[in-house]
Amino acid sequence: MMYRLPQREGEWIDRTRSLAFTFEGVRYEGFAGDTITSALSAAGVMILGRSFKYHRPRGILSFANHDVNAIFQVGPVPNVRGDVTPLADGMEVLAVNTVGGLQSDRAQWIDRLGRFLPVGFYYKAFNSKRFFPRWERLIRNLSGLGQISVDAPRLQTPKRYAFCDVLVIGGGVAGEAAARAAAATGAKVMLVDESTRVSAHSADGVDVLTSSYVAGVYADRWAAVIEPHRMTKVRAGAIVFATGAIEQPIAFHNNDLPGIVMAGAAQRLLQRHSIAVGRKVLVVTTHRAGYEAAVALLDAGLSIAHIVELNSTSVAPDLSSLLIQRGVKVVVGDAPIEAERNAEGCVAAVHFAGERIDCDAVLMSGGWAAAAQLLLQAGGKTAFDDAAQMHLPSELPAGCFVSGAINGLFNAEAACMEGRTAGRAAAEFASATVPPSGSSIIARSSSPVAPSPHRRQDPRGKDFIDFDEDLQVKDIENAIHEGFDSIELLKRYTTVGMGPSQGKHSNLNAARILAGKRGLSMDQVGLTTARPMYHPVPMKHLAGRGFTPERATPIAPRHSDAGAVWMLAGNWRRPEYYMREGESREQCIAGEVAVVRNSVGLIDVGTLGKIEVHGPDAGAFLDRAYAGRYSDLKVGMTRYGLLLDEAGTIVDDGVVARLHEESFYFTTTTGGSAGVYRDLLRLNALWGLNCSLVNVTGHRAAFNLAGPRSRDLLSAMTSVNLNDGAFPYLGVREGIVGAANARLLRVGFVGELGYEIHVPHSHAQRVWDGLVEQGRKFDLRLFGVEAQRVLRLEKGHFIIGQDTDGLTNPFEAQAGWAVRMQKPFFIGQRSLRLLERRGPRQLLVGFEIENAVPALKECHLAIDNGEIAGRVTSVTYSNTLGKTIGLAMIKPSLAVLGTKLTFRVTDGSTVTATVCPTPFFDHDNQRQKFGVAA
Amino acid sequence: MKQLRCPLNGVRPVSEFAYAGEVRDMPDPDACTDPQWADYVFNRSGVPGVKREWWCHIASGYWFIAERDTARDAVIDTYPVEKLREVHRA
Repeated sequence: MMYRLPQREGEWIDRTRSLAFTFEGVRYEGFAGDTITSALSAAGVMILGRSFKYHRPRGILSFANHDVNAIFQVGPVPNVRGDVTPLADGMEVLAVNTVGGLQSDRAQWIDRLGRFLPVGFYYKAFNSKRFFPRWERLIRNLSGLGQISVDAPRLQTPKRYAFCDVLVIGGGVAGEAAARAAAATGAKVMLVDESTRVSAHSADGVDVLTSSYVAGVYADRWAAVIEPHRMTKVRAGAIVFATGAIEQPIAFHNNDLPGIVMAGAAQRLLQRHSIAVGRKVLVVTTHRAGYEAAVALLDAGLSIAHIVELNSTSVAPDLSSLLIQRGVKVVVGDAPIEAERNAEGCVAAVHFAGERIDCDAVLMSGGWAAAAQLLLQAGGKTAFDDAAQMHLPSELPAGCFVSGAINGLFNAEAACMEGRTAGRAAAEFASATVPPSGSSIIARSSSPVAPSPHRRQDPRGKDFIDFDEDLQVKDIENAIHEGFDSIELLKRYTTVGMGPSQGKHSNLNAARILAGKRGLSMDQVGLTTARPMYHPVPMKHLAGRGFTPERATPIAPRHSDAGAVWMLAGNWRRPEYYMREGESREQCIAGEVAVVRNSVGLIDVGTLGKIEVHGPDAGAFLDRAYAGRYSDLKVGMTRYGLLLDEAGTIVDDGVVARLHEESFYFTTTTGGSAGVYRDLLRLNALWGLNCSLVNVTGHRAAFNLAGPRSRDLLSAMTSVNLNDGAFPYLGVREGIVGAANARLLRVGFVGELGYEIHVPHSHAQRVWDGLVEQGRKFDLRLFGVEAQRVLRLEKGHFIIGQDTDGLTNPFEAQAGWAVRMQKPFFIGQRSLRLLERRGPRQLLVGFEIENAVPALKECHLAIDNGEIAGRVTSVTYSNTLGKTIGLAMIKPSLAVLGTKLTFRVTDGSTVTATVCPTPFFDHDNQRQKFGVAA
Repeated sequence: MKQLRCPLNGVRPVSEFAYAGEVRDMPDPDACTDPQWADYVFNRSGVPGVKREWWCHIASGYWFIAERDTARDAVIDTYPVEKLREVHRA
């Protein structure tokens, strides 16, 4: 049983500050500086959790920040890593993955069924669809870790960006030396370490982040650093990977009993928290580290029962003889067979071939795996080094350096020297104006290790390879026998390395077994890809805040005041309609439509993309980019613009106005503005014409004042002569509206006399207010997007992206009139020639139904002789016309005036409609051209 | 996140850039056959190797050319579009 020693020099705990907490409802005390795990260990609590699959009692394994069987539920927070989480006063800690508590876990019976739960059990057992849901429920209830609390408080977890010349990952001997050496050259250095304490500090000119880890290293030295309460995204000029190495377990029966820990865990417990692992310690080792741990424990006054080395000749004869002199029994060339448990379920003894050794703690040291995951993510490569029995860095990407145990150096002095060299090289790389193309690996003095033998043992017991996923040696072997004999297949079939620790103490041994079984070298076997995250990252760091910006026009507050119901169009907020007291949505929209037809309405169209093109070649540029012709457009006039892609597909539309000989002003759709502007910039760069483009979408606000009374209203506010002769339909004029410099475009999207009024953003609200004020005389109403959709549909105008799709060409959309095929060149022309010859595959037509048909919706299919013949793209009931109208994309044979179309609605019934000419309303466009008498 | 060196704005994170595919020569629309034109419009080469690509620094609206080894995802060079036209004239 573990216990706390009297005060020791250098311990990390503050014995003057006691912290009280509960674990599984029982009250305990620890000290400030304890972690949850260390406080429990000091109190003699050995069983900290239940294993993932078999619900076996588990305790500390590594105490190295990836102790997967010592994770806890702390209040509402699930899966708290006990080995790194500082103890806090009043913590309520529960074990995870138990049914009814840790001690009397009702799921313990699963351990006895182990024989019937072979590797690949899920795949073998649950292939009946009928019973699968039941199995799924059962398994979901039995497995899993912490509980998610839906009542958990919402926490804001910020993100931060940071920049440094040299990022040092790991604050051990090598990392500290690297950080200091780099800082000494004047470089800006950041050091990240998972511990609460490191030796390097800010006085060395190093920005030190403790209790933090690098979760991932991405392209161009971009690292995600997870701090306790925020994530920092660091861009580093160079990175020193001093990430160390991870001690590996040794496989023998019941090697998972509480009390059996890694040698490093015992040392950390001792040095940081003054905790003794037991009163009678057995060391089982293949590596010098086991002897070093024994010496450290002996120095602290602990009793070492035995040291058993698995190698046939000792890897550390110097330490071995030292320990023998101090009275420790050392056995070389023996291997543990089985651990025996006591009444509490903890280790009581270990059986070897020759003897049984009583003990209350076992230290395992089965060699090391380089913590190269982050280096591999950065693009580094490793190769297996037979002398070191580790995968060591073999290839480093530019700006990446390694030092210390990751590079096979376990000697502090050598690691320190190597760290300094790496730190200086990293600083030099970061400061170089022309960075050197690659970096080299520093020669290392290897530390001899023997491979960990996995002797074939009694097949009845459990010898664990993966403590996260409860995988035994035989599971790996069986998977290989079943043909999953490549490292990637083996991983996926057995789930080895897929638990919370991501194979930190299982991948190397699994690869060894595979190499042994197949007679391959370790490099031939390889390792699975190391991906972010290095540790399990709490979701709070990943979720963060939504970062989708929404745009609003300067009129937004007025819309809100007027009762706007908002909708999103692209990333713009637009009023869908204006809510009126006591009226339904449909009534509101119908009222807005009626006022535009009968008097005057006002809509904010500031969301349209607005682009200017200036220069001698401006007209030529538009001729090449758009399907229409603009070089012959008269100054002061506008023309419809249709933008195609190279396949001849319609991608955008708008109105092109010629302001001056060499200046055009044109609009794009609301959703398309950014993309269209970017595409046009590219074409301009490609063609090299003498003109330039300016995006004034945000700079200018725009309103459409439409209705028979729009001229009467506007004339009171502007110096511009609005008479038909002076300012005809499709004209554009510049002048003063209110007190603002405005561009007025006489356009007819909604089919009434109307003016688009484009004013600078800063004047928008005043002009809007003036129009609304003047409009009182004419019963002006604001109208929203929905009313505009109805109005334009009455005119038969299509909306790109609704009535057209990613395959629609202008001929099919009946917009051939907007295309000038005889121009020398425009985007999409060559494809249109081909499409023109081929003829349309579908046609956009208008249809009408005499009565209201609320069931008919957009995307309902047209059916002809049992086959799909097209679809509805727009449909509405028009109060103006007293019937249902719509547009449909249908096969050409049906696109004949008077044809009866059959649409199938959601409930399967059919609706009959008649193909009719468009516009549905004011067929000759008299109203928009000349207005109507008031 | 990757970085890209914009010829106008210097080294910037790749999230500030938009990509518009490989630089491809348009066949003469008046001289080419329909299959040649369709090949130009619809087919792209996915063969790994060094490609000349269109990139745009979104904030400044600046288009430039990047030569990128798609096998290694390594940008070899970036330069203004003018240089591309010079190459074409040469």
